[in-house]
Amino acid sequence: MRERLSGNEAVAVAMRQINPDVVAAFPITPSTEVPQYFASFVANGKVTTEFVPVESEHSAMSACIGAQAAGARTMTATSSAGLALMWEMLYIASSSRLPVTLAAVNRALSGPININNDHSDTMGARDSGWIQLYGETNQEAYDNFIQAVKIGEHKDIMLPVMDCFDGFITSHAVENIELIDDDKVKAFVGEYKPEFYLNNKKHPIAVGPLDLPIHYFEHKRLQAEAMRNAKKVILDVAAEFEAMTGRKYGLFEEYKMEDAEVAIVVLNSTAGTAKFVVDGLRERGVKAGLIKIRVYRPFPVEEIAAALSKVKAVAILDKADSFNAAGGPVFTDVTSAMYGRADGVKAISYIYGLGGRDVKSTDIELVYERLLSIVESGDIGEIYNYLGVRE
Amino acid sequence: MSKIIPNDVKWRDISPGGIITDAGNSAEFKTGDWRSERPVWLTDKCKQCLLCYPTCPDTSIVIDEEGKRQDFDYDHCKGCGVCKQVCPFGAIEMKPEGGNN
Ligand code: SF4
Ligand code: SF4
Repeated sequence: MRERLSGNEAVAVAMRQINPDVVAAFPITPSTEVPQYFASFVANGKVTTEFVPVESEHSAMSACIGAQAAGARTMTATSSAGLALMWEMLYIASSSRLPVTLAAVNRALSGPININNDHSDTMGARDSGWIQLYGETNQEAYDNFIQAVKIGEHKDIMLPVMDCFDGFITSHAVENIELIDDDKVKAFVGEYKPEFYLNNKKHPIAVGPLDLPIHYFEHKRLQAEAMRNAKKVILDVAAEFEAMTGRKYGLFEEYKMEDAEVAIVVLNSTAGTAKFVVDGLRERGVKAGLIKIRVYRPFPVEEIAAALSKVKAVAILDKADSFNAAGGPVFTDVTSAMYGRADGVKAISYIYGLGGRDVKSTDIELVYERLLSIVESGDIGEIYNYLGVRE
Repeated sequence: MSKIIPNDVKWRDISPGGIITDAGNSAEFKTGDWRSERPVWLTDKCKQCLLCYPTCPDTSIVIDEEGKRQDFDYDHCKGCGVCKQVCPFGAIEMKPEGGNN
């Protein structure tokens, strides 16, 4: 079914189609529209969801955790400082193995305060134990959200999932989108049937107890295993999704990588701009390619390294700084994956687009030109770079 | 997985998310050795008024089926001394634990 929707509305429609038991949310730009649209679905009787308008994001995630622990399928949305205020509870959700689904509409984290897009919010939460999916377009934000529910609730996983997409660029821009029929979405995600839940009178349980040194480590090890299992489940769910929609998803997208000599690794909407640049370079005979990471947690270590082992030089683009004086988070993950698996490939870091700084095709062209000069000269030069900051 | 999680459990066998699947098992957790002082029940002074019983934070004052106070449950009594404070008849004494006492 062809529609024209913003990214936020598309995600809200996915939520309506799924009809979760509970949605608890607090408004924050640019994710506000997600609960706003959804609240109208509740008011108009389109869903039977219990909508909990809480007084903060800490409470939003707390309410989601309580509801999910009770046995309810639960969802929320947030951005930036809202995600930061959820911090403690993000860890409680993942370590308690509660598959809450969160639409994370990427926005710069303060300070200085800024409402525009970069990835500093979800990048900070990259090791909170949540699965993180990133999407380039409204279509991908919608498709990833539906898959997120099925991935997180899988019995081998039971982890919360963030559906990350760019604030304003994806959340507010209206694009054509293919919606799946309501009944097909419902059948795809199925019923939420956790093995253990608080509302089960026959098997009462306690959730969130004190865990002393004698058991805590084993619980964390089991949690880590769920994240390891997730890669396979994500691909299985993607295959099922493709059978339903014809739309193919993997751990990352390889764009013109077959014979690529220079490549860019990037997340979210900037991939669209970069593909345009790749097309232009290809017309000039330059062997340029692109990798767009979809699954950032779990990180596809072997697969990324294998995909990059054939190129001569790669630039990893981060829309967030790590403030570690050693490149952005995606850069450090990709280069550590390449260690021992793609040795000899020259890798450089670019931090770009912070606080919504526009990223033009000419900016991306500069990166490819830099890569080509590295290949030509054999000299890697400066590894840690900033793209688009006034020098 | 409906038993108490043993101390030597391997990570693959532990409950997901730290949940406790055996509800109401706190009686299995012996906290009596946390005590530095032990309450002693002086039966000759006790009037069976039962004022002590509801004040114990650890339900360690045992009441039998006929509603009569029995001796302390020393497996769980933490020695807080609240019961001694409320007894109107001086029927509870606190004695130091350990040493030569
Ligand atoms: S000393 Fe405290 S814990 Fe022990 S029986 Fe008295 S009130 Fe209960
Ligand atoms: S309060 Fe004192 S007198 Fe009353 S039942 Fe307890 S020990 Fe006995």
